[in-house]
Amino acid sequence: MFAEEWAVFPGHYAGHLTLSFAAILSGLLVSVPLGIRAAGDARLAGPVLGFASVVQTIPGIALLALMVPVMGGRIGFWPAYAALALYSVLPILRNTIVGLQGVDADLREAALGVGMTARQRLMQVDLPLAAPVIVAGLRTASVWVVGAATLSTPVGAESLGNYIFQGLQTRNWGAVLFGCLVSAALALALDQVIRLFELSAARRARRLAIAGIGGLGLILAPLLTQLSGPRAAGPQDRSFVGEVEPLSGRTVTLAAKAFTEQYILADLISRPLEARGARIDVREGLGSAVAFNALISGEIDMSVDYTGTIWATIMKREDVPPRAVMYSETSAWLWENHGILAYAPLGFENAYAYAVTRETAREYGLETVGDLSDKPLTVASDPEFFGRPEWTRTRDIYGLSGLKTRGMDSTFMYEAIASGEVDVITAYTTDGRIDAYDLVLLDEPAGALPPYDAFILVSAEAAKDRALLEALEPLRHAISSDLMRAANGRVDLERQRVREAADWLWLQITGSD
Amino acid sequence: MLLSARDLTKRFGDVTAVCGVSFSLEAGETLALIGASGCGKTTTLKLLNRLIEPDAGEVRLGGEEAHQLPAHEWRRRIGYVIQSAGLFPHMSVAANVAVTPRLLGWEDDRIARRTRRLLELVGLPAQAFGTRRPEALSGGQAQRVGLARALAGEPEIVLMDEPFSALDPLTKDQLIEDVAHLRAELGFAAVMVTHDFSEALRFADRIAVMQAGRVIQAGTARELIARPADAAVEALLEAPRRTAESVSAAFASP
Repeated sequence: MFAEEWAVFPGHYAGHLTLSFAAILSGLLVSVPLGIRAAGDARLAGPVLGFASVVQTIPGIALLALMVPVMGGRIGFWPAYAALALYSVLPILRNTIVGLQGVDADLREAALGVGMTARQRLMQVDLPLAAPVIVAGLRTASVWVVGAATLSTPVGAESLGNYIFQGLQTRNWGAVLFGCLVSAALALALDQVIRLFELSAARRARRLAIAGIGGLGLILAPLLTQLSGPRAAGPQDRSFVGEVEPLSGRTVTLAAKAFTEQYILADLISRPLEARGARIDVREGLGSAVAFNALISGEIDMSVDYTGTIWATIMKREDVPPRAVMYSETSAWLWENHGILAYAPLGFENAYAYAVTRETAREYGLETVGDLSDKPLTVASDPEFFGRPEWTRTRDIYGLSGLKTRGMDSTFMYEAIASGEVDVITAYTTDGRIDAYDLVLLDEPAGALPPYDAFILVSAEAAKDRALLEALEPLRHAISSDLMRAANGRVDLERQRVREAADWLWLQITGSD
Repeated sequence: MLLSARDLTKRFGDVTAVCGVSFSLEAGETLALIGASGCGKTTTLKLLNRLIEPDAGEVRLGGEEAHQLPAHEWRRRIGYVIQSAGLFPHMSVAANVAVTPRLLGWEDDRIARRTRRLLELVGLPAQAFGTRRPEALSGGQAQRVGLARALAGEPEIVLMDEPFSALDPLTKDQLIEDVAHLRAELGFAAVMVTHDFSEALRFADRIAVMQAGRVIQAGTARELIARPADAAVEALLEAPRRTAESVSAAFASP
C-alpha cells in the first residue's frame, strides 16, 4: 500500500521536517526574549501581542503566498520558512508573557530579597516557574506549524503538502490521505516529544528525557535512510550511457501549477533534459502568479503557461485577438518586458468552453453559448473564472446574466454536472473528463473566449543556454489537444499515476521510451 | 551600632508613605515596627534592604552606607522573611535554604553544612525534609523554612514582614518561641513589622509605633504602656489590654 507515495517520501518528509524545525526554533528564539521584555513592559506587551494576533488571523495559505512578493518573488524554502516562523510566534509569545506575568509577586519579591540580581531572578525563578506555560505555547506552535507546513507546496517548498495538493488535483485520494496521515502523525509525535522533555525537566527524571530523545530519534530516523541510501531520483533513473550529456551538472527547475495537465507536462519536459544529463527539480502545486513571478526572478527555469492566461492576468488585456496574434503578442511582450523566452508552443490549446450534458443539450436545444440565454440553469466554474473578463464578456455578449453561478474546485465540477447539481460547467478543453462524462461543448461563434495555447516559458537566465533549448525541440508542436486530453484522462479517469501518463505521452511523441 | 536609619523618606506620587523615619539597632537587638495598615511600616522595612529605594535619608549597616554596594549584594547581607514564606515552589526545601549561600558563592561543603544546621535548628531535620517540595509543608513548616533561608547567609540582621500573621495561634506561639531560641543560638538582630502589639511585646526589645509615615513613639513595651505619647498609641494598646485583663481574670477565677 502507498508504494508510490513511499518512493517520494524521503524528499517530502525531509522538506517538511526541515521547514517545521527551522520555523519552530526561530519562533522560539524570537518569542521568548520578546516575551520576556514585553512581560515587564505593558506598553510593549499590547502592540506586540496585537501584531502577533493579526498575523494569526491571516489564513495560513495566504500568509505563505504573501511571503513570495514580500521576498521579491523568491519561492521555495525561504518564503515558506518566513511565514511559518511568523505563524509560530504568537502562541509562544503569548504564553511567555502570560506565564511570566503569572509568577506570584511575593515570590518575585522574595527572589530579590534573598539577594538575586534581576537576571538571576529571571533565570532561576521567573523562567522555571513560567516554563510549563511557555512549553504549552511551544507545543501549540509545533502542532500549528507542522500542519501549516503542508501549505508550503504552492510557494514551491517541498513538503508533505505535495502529496495533498497533487492528490487533490489528480484525484488520487490515497496520496491525499497519506499526506494527511503522515503530517498528523508528525505533529502528534513532536507534541509528545516536547511533553516528554518538559516532564523530564520538571520531575528531574532521566528516563523521560531518554524517552524524549528516543522519540526525537524516531522523528529524525527517516532522514538518515535518505542520506545513506542512493538518492531516490524518482522517475528519472534511466541512464543514457554513451550519449553526450551537454547539460551534465546543471539543475533545471520546473514549475508545475496545481492541476493534472501541469504535473504530466513537468514530468514530460524533464525527460529530454535528463537525457542530456540535467538534474531536475520540480516545484509542484504552485499558484499561477507565484509560478510566473518565480520565472521572472529566475528561481524557476521553465514552466508551461497558456497564452490566454498571460494575456488576461499578466498583461491585463481585455480584447480578444485571433489565436495567432495573441501568440505572437504575448511572446513579444514577455521577451521585451521580462526577458522571458516563449520557446516552444506545445501544439494544443487548453481553453475554457461551456459544456453541458447531452441530455441537457437535448432538453433545452442547446448548440451555442447564446442558447443558454434566459434558461433556468446554473453554471459552475473555478472561482477565479467569474472574476475574469472571459465571464463578463460572454455574459454580456450572449445574455447570460440570468444564469445562476457557482464557484467550485475544478476537481468537483464534473461530478456536479453528472449528478445534475449544476447544468453548465466551464470545462477545460483538454480535460479527459469531457469525453468520459459525454459532455457537449457549446459553440462560441463570437470568439469571446480567448485562446489558450500552451507554450513553454523559459526564464531570461535559462534562455541563454542553447543546450537547454535544443533539448526541448522534440516537444515543439508535438502534443495535439486530443493527445493532451487523452493523457489527462489517464490520470483523472483511469487513475493512472502522473508518471505512467507521462510515459504514455512521451511514447506517443517520440515513438520510443 | 549595627544598623541605623536616618531621615528615611519615600513618596509614591502625591502620597508620602514614609516621612523622616530614624532609628538604630545594636547587634543582637530586636525592634518591632507596629501600626495600622497603611502606616508605612512595610515600606520602611523594604527601604532597609532596598526593595524600595528612598527619596531621602540613608541606611547604614556596620558603618557601610546602603548605596556603597549594588542592591543585590546589600540584600545578601540582610535576611528577609515575608508573611507568605515565599518559598520557591520549583526547588526542594534544602535548595530554598541554600539560595543565598549559593549566590554568595560559598563552597558546596559549607553550603551543605549550613543548610543541615539551620534545618536542624528550625526543627525540620534535613534527612526528613531536605528533599521535600514546599507544597508538601504545612504553613508553620513553610515559615520555618523561610526563616532558615533568611538566616542561611549568616546575616547579622533579619527583616521580618508580618512573619506570624498567617499562622494559627498555636503555631504562631511555637514559632515565636523558636525564633527566640534561634536568636539565642545565632545572635542575629531583627526588625519585625506587625500590627499585633502582643506579638511585638513578646518578640521585640523595643517597639516603634508608626502612623501616617512617621514614628510617633519608640521605646520598650513597658515605656509605651506607662507613658503612651498620644491617643493613637493608647488606642493601639487598648485591645491587648482588654484581652490581657479578661485572660488574667479567667485564669484567676477558680
